[in-house]
Amino acid sequence: MTLGQIVFKSLRQHALSTAVTAGSIALAAGLLMAVWAVKAQSQQTFTQVTGGFDAVLGARSSKLQLVLNAVFHLEASPANIASEDFEAIRKHPAVAFAVPIAMGDNFRGYRIVGTTPDMFAVEYAPGRRLTPLKPGRLFDPTLREAVVGSFAARKLGLKPGSKFHPYHGLNFREEEEEEHEHEDEYVVVGVLEPSNTPADRVIWIPLEGLQTMSGHAAEKASEISAVLVKLRSPAIGAAMDQQYNKQDDRLTFAWPIGKTMADLLDKIGWFDRILALVAALVAVVAAGSVLASIYNSMNERRRQIALLRALGARRRTVAATVVFEAVAIALIGVALGFVVYLAILTAAARVIRAQTGVVLEALSWHPVLIWAPLVLVGLSAVAGLVPAIKAYRTEVAEHLAPAH
Amino acid sequence: MPLLEVSQLKKSFQAPDGTTCTVIDMPRFTLEERSQVALQGESGLGKTTFLHLIAGILKPDSGRISFAGQELTALDEPRRDRVRAMSLGYIFQTFNLLPAFTALENVLLGMAFGPGADRQLARSLLDRVGLGVRLAHYPRQLSTGQQQRVAVARALANRPKLVLADEPTGNLDSASAREALKLIRDTCAENGAALLLVSHDREVLAQFENVVALADLNRVAAPAASAP
Repeated sequence: MTLGQIVFKSLRQHALSTAVTAGSIALAAGLLMAVWAVKAQSQQTFTQVTGGFDAVLGARSSKLQLVLNAVFHLEASPANIASEDFEAIRKHPAVAFAVPIAMGDNFRGYRIVGTTPDMFAVEYAPGRRLTPLKPGRLFDPTLREAVVGSFAARKLGLKPGSKFHPYHGLNFREEEEEEHEHEDEYVVVGVLEPSNTPADRVIWIPLEGLQTMSGHAAEKASEISAVLVKLRSPAIGAAMDQQYNKQDDRLTFAWPIGKTMADLLDKIGWFDRILALVAALVAVVAAGSVLASIYNSMNERRRQIALLRALGARRRTVAATVVFEAVAIALIGVALGFVVYLAILTAAARVIRAQTGVVLEALSWHPVLIWAPLVLVGLSAVAGLVPAIKAYRTEVAEHLAPAH
Repeated sequence: MPLLEVSQLKKSFQAPDGTTCTVIDMPRFTLEERSQVALQGESGLGKTTFLHLIAGILKPDSGRISFAGQELTALDEPRRDRVRAMSLGYIFQTFNLLPAFTALENVLLGMAFGPGADRQLARSLLDRVGLGVRLAHYPRQLSTGQQQRVAVARALANRPKLVLADEPTGNLDSASAREALKLIRDTCAENGAALLLVSHDREVLAQFENVVALADLNRVAAPAASAP
């Protein structure tokens, strides 16, 4: 009969309160780990999503709006820019290459982006390009063909050979489906390999196709929404920033893309801090529930403690069994907390992917997976000290007397 | 040299009204190894307090208790706990079995803080008290008499030199009481343990050759009604 067995017996004897308390620890652990992991992964992932480009050139607006629109395909385009602006930056000596994009249509809520085949030659990550899965190919820029991002293809049920009519505008309203439908019919010729980037949520068609789509203003047929820019050297970005943003009020040059997103995440950092505070409070409440559940049962336990003492257990031994019990409840809780964590992170990752195309990895390593359980076990051990002191002070003679 | 030697032992408690209530004032008491002594006394005379003092659960106000060559009264509490764990067995009137533990586990508890768990000894003790087929039974699944037998087995589990029995048959009918008492005496004798039993039950006391009246030992005349 070891201390562990005595603790195990006590946990079983108080099975309901053990389960409820371990459940609250599990929620706290899961929430704490998920909040930190989502925050850390989001910051890391969103600041690394650049599509392989260094900067975005677009109509005068905020840099953030440009990046969200052109890289994350989230915001509305501020305005169009002339094809001459694209040509000018394409020929700029500091620019390695520039890819124009145009947008303004969707298919059932998934954004249609017009671009050139150059978009698919860019490495969005080292050694990785947007590549069609077999059987499939890139669109012919002279035809009404489309390649579809993997997530959009799955959600829309599109595959090579599928045909669709784009809808006007970036937002899809089912009740206005017919009046916003373009006459042009596009054929899907390829589905892209998953890239875990916002590109997965996009339907790509030739630039000219989008510009000349039926119903679009003919006088704007040569305009584009933005230009994605790869610089020869990142250091030149500062000079171009100066050139476009300080000397011209027509255009905005968003550089570097990662910093623009980091600035956004910094601005909404208060939200993370509130979430973290809530999670921390939940952790403290959970530790408090350990204290309450053990403390409330102390009157019932005193006779047992007195008996253990009569059998030779030392005061510190009976106090230790109470602390071990608190730790054991916390260990059960944090073990279940990993299940809660996986559930929350999987759900959050699903939502984030659906909304942005960015993929968070539920199983990826983060130090919070170690320190959060340790903090909770530590807090529970501290919470267990209060009833442990009561156990330590239990007077044997008082509590061994027959109950009358 | 006696196994247990008590001299000039005094113990008082604070009564709820603030007055000091002396429960034990005992000039001398001795108990030889392997002997069996019944201590007779009515309720409130301090029988339980006396056993608690011998067991080291309570510390006397003054006096000496020498047990197996060790002066208990000179030891600090952890050392007295150790003596209790290693050399003393205790049988209670209400058995004090732990409800979440099986019969075997309750007996193992009797060894847990002393010599360490010996499942074979625990089994053989339960076998000896007639519960060899009830090892996995919980106290609620045992009769009152069977529960007391488990308590007897537990008291002997650490191979004690002395077993203290506090009204061990108080909760049993007279047939079960006789049977339990015989079992306690026999198993103590078989295990070489001395027995100090306190009771006010004449039927129990009649079975002992050596009966001592607590009133003859204790100079406290009036019953200590407020004593624990």
